[in-house]
Amino acid sequence: MAVNTLTIDGKEIAIEAGKTILDAAKEAGVPIPTLCHMEGVHDVGACRLCIVEAEGTPKLLPACVTAATEGMVIHTQTEKLQNYRRMTVELIFAEGNHVCSICVANGNCELQDVAVDVGMDHSRFSYRFPDRGCDLSHSQFGIDHNRCIMCTRCVRVCDEVEGAHVWDVGSRGPDCFIVAGLDQPWGEVDACTSCGKCVDACPTGAIFHKGETTGEKEGDRGKMAFLTTAREKQEWTR
Amino acid sequence: MSKTIVIDPITRIEGHAKISVMLDDAGEVTDTRFHVVEYRGFEKFCEGRPFTEMAGITARICGICPVSHLICAAKTGDKILAVKIPKAADKLRRLLNLGQITQSHALSFFHLSSPDFLLGWDSDPAKRNVFGLIAADPDLARAGIRLRQFGQRVIEILGGRKIHAAWTVPGGVRSPLSPDGRAWILERLPESLETAQKGLDIFKQLINGPMKEEVKVFGNFPSLFMSLVGKGGAWEHYDGHLRFTDSEGNIVQDNLSEDDYADFVGEAVEDWSYLKFPYYKALGYPDGLYRVGPLARLNNCTHIGTPKADAELREFRDYADGVPTSSFLYHYARLIEILACLEKIEEYMDDPDLMSNRCRSEAGVNELEAIGVSEAPRGTLFHHYKVDENGLLEKVNLIIATGNNNLAMNKTIKQIAQHYIHSEDIQEGFLNRVEAGIRCYDPCLSCSTHAAGQMPLDIQIYNAQGEVIRQVIRD
Repeated sequence: MAVNTLTIDGKEIAIEAGKTILDAAKEAGVPIPTLCHMEGVHDVGACRLCIVEAEGTPKLLPACVTAATEGMVIHTQTEKLQNYRRMTVELIFAEGNHVCSICVANGNCELQDVAVDVGMDHSRFSYRFPDRGCDLSHSQFGIDHNRCIMCTRCVRVCDEVEGAHVWDVGSRGPDCFIVAGLDQPWGEVDACTSCGKCVDACPTGAIFHKGETTGEKEGDRGKMAFLTTAREKQEWTR
Repeated sequence: MSKTIVIDPITRIEGHAKISVMLDDAGEVTDTRFHVVEYRGFEKFCEGRPFTEMAGITARICGICPVSHLICAAKTGDKILAVKIPKAADKLRRLLNLGQITQSHALSFFHLSSPDFLLGWDSDPAKRNVFGLIAADPDLARAGIRLRQFGQRVIEILGGRKIHAAWTVPGGVRSPLSPDGRAWILERLPESLETAQKGLDIFKQLINGPMKEEVKVFGNFPSLFMSLVGKGGAWEHYDGHLRFTDSEGNIVQDNLSEDDYADFVGEAVEDWSYLKFPYYKALGYPDGLYRVGPLARLNNCTHIGTPKADAELREFRDYADGVPTSSFLYHYARLIEILACLEKIEEYMDDPDLMSNRCRSEAGVNELEAIGVSEAPRGTLFHHYKVDENGLLEKVNLIIATGNNNLAMNKTIKQIAQHYIHSEDIQEGFLNRVEAGIRCYDPCLSCSTHAAGQMPLDIQIYNAQGEVIRQVIRD
């Protein structure tokens, strides 16, 4: 097995070739904030929270989709990175309609957790207050586009783990949104198996169980990693 | 030349409002207006949201009595689900409301209004507040604050937090009363009962002595009274049916359902206030003036159902020699209701249903329109929702308790102003009495941000051309 050796925040780490900087950081015990990354599905680098600095490279690199290569010297907590991460989270909040006080995920939300991690106490950007809707047509679940951060975890988990491919991304730029089927009401999409994996995959309160009220969503953050391990390695315990 | 005096903002109430007093050339009061100068738009921005969020959203209307909206939204949600909620949930919601009425009434009496009674209408405005009360009578102030704390803690024990507890849900409540919570309530009940009785004793002495005049001029007029009543006409705060009575004690209309509220309650709009003016439709606007809240609930019920509160209710009616019609007696009614709440909380502590985990009925959307009702500390509260087949709100109408008293509040300040103001040279204490006329109703105009604050009093006197000829600002 080919191994690459690199340095992350002063720690030397040897990791299997082909793994990412994020994998290496985890191996080294160096925390890097993420939102769109989820164990069990492939990475897309959508949220840009995991950006790191590599010596000799002027660009900031998304750790989740950048391969760890031999001799890399990575920094994950520079002032520049901290500023960018905070700004990224502020922009996410400013872009949608995130009202924690009435959200089903209040207190169990990865966006909230990340906001705390990066030290965001307010957004310096004007809120856009986009006009977005809520689809409660499914018999068990609902999707509130106001709370969606376009991480696409639901898209990937439905495609790669469940194999149903109910979700996709529609439109362009700031108008992007998650569509069910061919932009149909969720309840009319025959492909949906009602497995609920997208509910667990959603880092915010955008996808939820119908009837849940403020703070009642208990997303199972480790479920997809468990399912993948169970499927690939036949390990059925968590 | 005619003059207008503006009291802006009104202090020691919840929310933002101002009063205009119009004088004629002789300095006599020709008219008064109570303006609610804030606009919030909850009914509009709730549209498009799932009805299950309504408890969480509407509770944010207020930090003083969020429980009222939590309960009313949940009750309206029950009707959209078309379920009967479990017995335990019904009792637990009632317990929550009893805690809420206790804390809100204690705040109104001890923190906001008693400084006027105990320190004097004309005392130094800078000290005429709860801090002045702490300096003058620390034991009473502490007792009042601890009584409010008791009510707040009941809410926290049930809902997990004192303010905006997301605990009532369509179909019931999330969790039962914990054994530890029950133990805490039982331990603090005797002290709370003692404080409520002490407040009553103090107020009875005042209205039989130095404040006899206030009883006569602070909103003392005949009107209708609207409230919920329970079985056999018993005092009610959560369910039951609606009743209107008049100042002679006659039942004008009874056994009314909230579902038909639009048949008997109309809402008028004036261009000088953001608060609508509800009225009893059969008498038209503005003759259909009715009052809600503690005074209306006590005037509408036949009995309360607990021994100490019932004894006080009899004395209350004896004092007025019939139906109490003075809005100054709202304070009296409020104190009796605190006693009633505490006694009912005590009764609940022996009820095993409150510990039951079967406290939430689950269902989908089974009705597309529903109207819920409950008694907020300040009066009757209606929530009216229309939803689509998936449960997204299409239309929302909220009739807030304070709004029901809007006509009465306007009439009250006019009566007080006409009694005390007879020239342009107006003493601050008289203006404080006008403000206190509003405080009788303990209006909740928005949220808690200025609940016990020392908001500045800005008095502006205008001439007939609208020019400010005098301005007095109290910090």
